Amino acid sequence: MAYITKSPWIIHYDASSCNGCDIEVLACLTPLYDIERFGIINTGNPKHADVFLVTGGVNEQNRPVIKNIYRQMPKPNVVVAIGACALSGGVFRECYNIAGGVDKLIPVDVYVPGCSAKPEAIIDGVVKALGILEKKREAMKKEAGN
Amino acid sequence: MTGRRTVVPFGPQHPVLPEPIHLDLVIEDEKVIEAIPSIGYVHRGLEKLVEKKDYKNYVYIAERICGICSFIHSLGYCQGVENIMGVEVPERAHYLRTIWSEYSRMHSHLLWMGLFADAMGFENLFMNCWRIREQVLDMMEETTGGRVIQGSCKVGGVRKDISVAKLKEMSERIEKTKADVEEINHVFFDDSTVIHRTKGIGYLSKDDAYHLGAVGPTARGCGVAIDIRKTGYAAYPELDFEPVVESGGDCYSRCMVRAKEVVQSADLIRQAIEKIPGGDIDVKVKGNPEGEYFSRVEQPRGECIHYLKGNGKKFLVRERVRTPTLTNIPPLVRMLAGCEMADVPVIVLTIDPCIGCAER
Repeated sequence: MAYITKSPWIIHYDASSCNGCDIEVLACLTPLYDIERFGIINTGNPKHADVFLVTGGVNEQNRPVIKNIYRQMPKPNVVVAIGACALSGGVFRECYNIAGGVDKLIPVDVYVPGCSAKPEAIIDGVVKALGILEKKREAMKKEAGN
Repeated sequence: MTGRRTVVPFGPQHPVLPEPIHLDLVIEDEKVIEAIPSIGYVHRGLEKLVEKKDYKNYVYIAERICGICSFIHSLGYCQGVENIMGVEVPERAHYLRTIWSEYSRMHSHLLWMGLFADAMGFENLFMNCWRIREQVLDMMEETTGGRVIQGSCKVGGVRKDISVAKLKEMSERIEKTKADVEEINHVFFDDSTVIHRTKGIGYLSKDDAYHLGAVGPTARGCGVAIDIRKTGYAAYPELDFEPVVESGGDCYSRCMVRAKEVVQSADLIRQAIEKIPGGDIDVKVKGNPEGEYFSRVEQPRGECIHYLKGNGKKFLVRERVRTPTLTNIPPLVRMLAGCEMADVPVIVLTIDPCIGCAER
């Protein structure tokens, strides 16, 4: 984890998940897994966040909310789709109100499968995302010319 | 002096809410005059899927209505289909279903107690509740293979059995969990910070609770003694318990009800383990359901009804789920009227909103 130069803050939004993945995301923050010890904090403010965790598929009502949160996040940022529903719509893909996975709407960097995704898998996904975040940061620095 | 009325939007993405719900709060100075809820952010339309999935396969969809009360949803659905088809479920399966239902209740209530503490800004208590909750999830994972989605209920019984040795171990470990919960309950009951944030806040009278259709701990916290477990499904008729009722009608009472129910659930699990008979865990189910049935179960949040209708084909014609959160929204709107703006997160949490259930 040497590449983590800053404390990455995360924001979590439940698109249309059944809660299963959401409570597992919260479980990552609490004593058994405790990712806060790496400086990872769950913030409610998109403008403070580096990592966007989305659970659940896209539906008509939450489409603008997801876009809005993503638009407000400072660059560089990474998006982690958590659970089968965020990947493809999961068991609900045939429902009339589900448009599909989150990548239909915003670019996704890491996909974490599972129904529900286990905390270990979520943490692994976030660690992978942090690697991508670092690369994006480097690329932005180069582009700016320093 | 009265100030000008302002509308403050609350949600759908809000730090205190793990799930999206939107409230328009009409406020005058710091006082909430009216709360107008709007929902639909997690609507998937899964009731209509019964037309596409065979009635035995639909169990896994029913289980994913909500990831917190997952087991009880699948139980409600299976119970409905079994009643339409006249399937006699073996006694052992009834007991296993009861044990897993009570584990679900424990994990759900502990989760809620944590979130509630978090809404009050009591981080340490939040962490401690979730620490204890992991013990419950470990038991779930060891017996069913899943932490929050178990997949162990099926039409005609259950998928997995628990060995005698494991049951014995479970009854020992549940005592430890119970002791931990009792220790933490003491903080919820007696700590001055908690009392300051909850006592007299978000009052709902017994009459209002009844007439607005409150269910579960929201109703029981106002002195209305409804508990669907008392109607006697699964193995509940053989277990000895009384619904936990508090008469305060405020946030403190609703919190007390849930805190005491965790201990009660631990007790029910112990009783069920003592009484569990041997035998099969499932029966073969043949044919297709024809007829209709209202299946009622008590979820951590209150009464949940699965209405099922079949016409002799392998796809059901209609499923309708009436979930506790949806029925608890009108009481919530009543509680919010007249409260302080700063108390809104605490009051919203005391109905234990589960939006995944409410919007399906």
